[in-house]
Amino acid sequence: MNPERPEERDAPEPADRGAPEPTATGAPIGRRVLLGTLGLGALGVVAAPTLQRGLEAFLGSVSGKDPTGLTGLLPNGGGFRYYSVTASVPHRDETDYRLTVDGLVDHPKTYTLADLRALPQTRLVHDVQCVTGWRVPKTPFEGVRLATLLEAAGVRSSAGAVRFSCFDGAYTESLTLDQARRSDVLVALKMQDKPVSHEHGGPVRLYVAPMYFYKSAKWLSGITVTRDVRPGFWEERGYDVDAWVGRSNGRDDAPTS
Amino acid sequence: MPPRVDAGHPVAAPARVHRFTRAERWVHRTTAALMGVCVVTAACLYIPAFAELVGRRELVVRIHEVAGVLLPVPVLMGLASRAFRADLGHLNRWGPHDRIWLRAALRRDHRRKSRPAAKFNAGQKTYAAWIAGATLVMLGTGLLMWFTHLTPLKWRTSATFVHDWLALTIGVVLAGHIGMALGDPESRRGLRTGLVSREWADREHPLWRP
Repeated sequence: MNPERPEERDAPEPADRGAPEPTATGAPIGRRVLLGTLGLGALGVVAAPTLQRGLEAFLGSVSGKDPTGLTGLLPNGGGFRYYSVTASVPHRDETDYRLTVDGLVDHPKTYTLADLRALPQTRLVHDVQCVTGWRVPKTPFEGVRLATLLEAAGVRSSAGAVRFSCFDGAYTESLTLDQARRSDVLVALKMQDKPVSHEHGGPVRLYVAPMYFYKSAKWLSGITVTRDVRPGFWEERGYDVDAWVGRSNGRDDAPTS
Repeated sequence: MPPRVDAGHPVAAPARVHRFTRAERWVHRTTAALMGVCVVTAACLYIPAFAELVGRRELVVRIHEVAGVLLPVPVLMGLASRAFRADLGHLNRWGPHDRIWLRAALRRDHRRKSRPAAKFNAGQKTYAAWIAGATLVMLGTGLLMWFTHLTPLKWRTSATFVHDWLALTIGVVLAGHIGMALGDPESRRGLRTGLVSREWADREHPLWRP
């Protein structure tokens, strides 16, 4: 605190105190700033598609050269976001990970991580598109085609859908049998050419290349063949079951596969 | 006319002057609490490290939505208070001295004579108007993201874009707001107790007539 020195005080002279407050009749600038902010917000919504394309291009080029990784935290800065619907997710590894295949099949089976690694592996490289807007370009996923596991289990003729469950204890997903048999649907063991990390749903996650990323269930632990599609976790909360990128959820993103 | 108070010259005038009523203090307190909940839950939804720590995405989303919708409520209820309405008037109306203050602020001129202010200075007025507008934009875009099937579906992407970037901006501005409050204990006391020292009032708000 500065000591007060009356001679040097810059405050208006005491005589000023007799005058009324000068703001009483001033211009309503506050209202204009408020309305201006609202107007800019509305303009932002209208101009968003254009602005977003520009920013994604710009931040995409910058983030590659940014050693701090801070650009990844910006909206449209690229990179994955972590979403989990539960408080905590148990860790599973070679010793205790199991994937069961059951339901309307002739040969129910339980796979260990080693079993899955011993099967033919497929590597796919596509963009990842989240339904909330972020997109990560050209991300490699590698693993066993879901069709291979279904074929090995012997799907019965009464079956029409596949339901997925996860060892986080809450998340579920589902696909029609036709969707599940597509060649770009994997039980993924690797992501970005590394074993799928716990944060990204490891050791094993689903990868449904042509659909929004919520279909690619993390921490996959169960594949159950059913008669009909049952909506999964987010689908019971309003998201589309047939989640084709660019043709669902009211979005028009470029298709990913 | 109240006499001036200078350090070392005790006078009969009350040492503390009334700045905010109880209603006004509660409007600020509840708004700050709701804004705090919005910011913390937003961080848990958005920043990967916090999201991994907290998880429970659906619950966090629900809390964020409820706090966001309630955010304008304290101000709306405050409209019942005459003192609060009067202060909104003070915040709204700009006099010539506010332009002087703003120009000095832009030139980083900290001399007192170049920073004339009545009850609120031009910076506080700008902040109040902007944060009110920004809150309404966040509310609007937030509702578009929440009730996705009520609006043309394409709007959601655009609303998300505005919501994300404005959230970042609000975070920075809010940090500035809190930082300035941390640097001025007497102004915090004003919002905590309703009273400020006359010395502070004369120094920071020389044109204010408490």
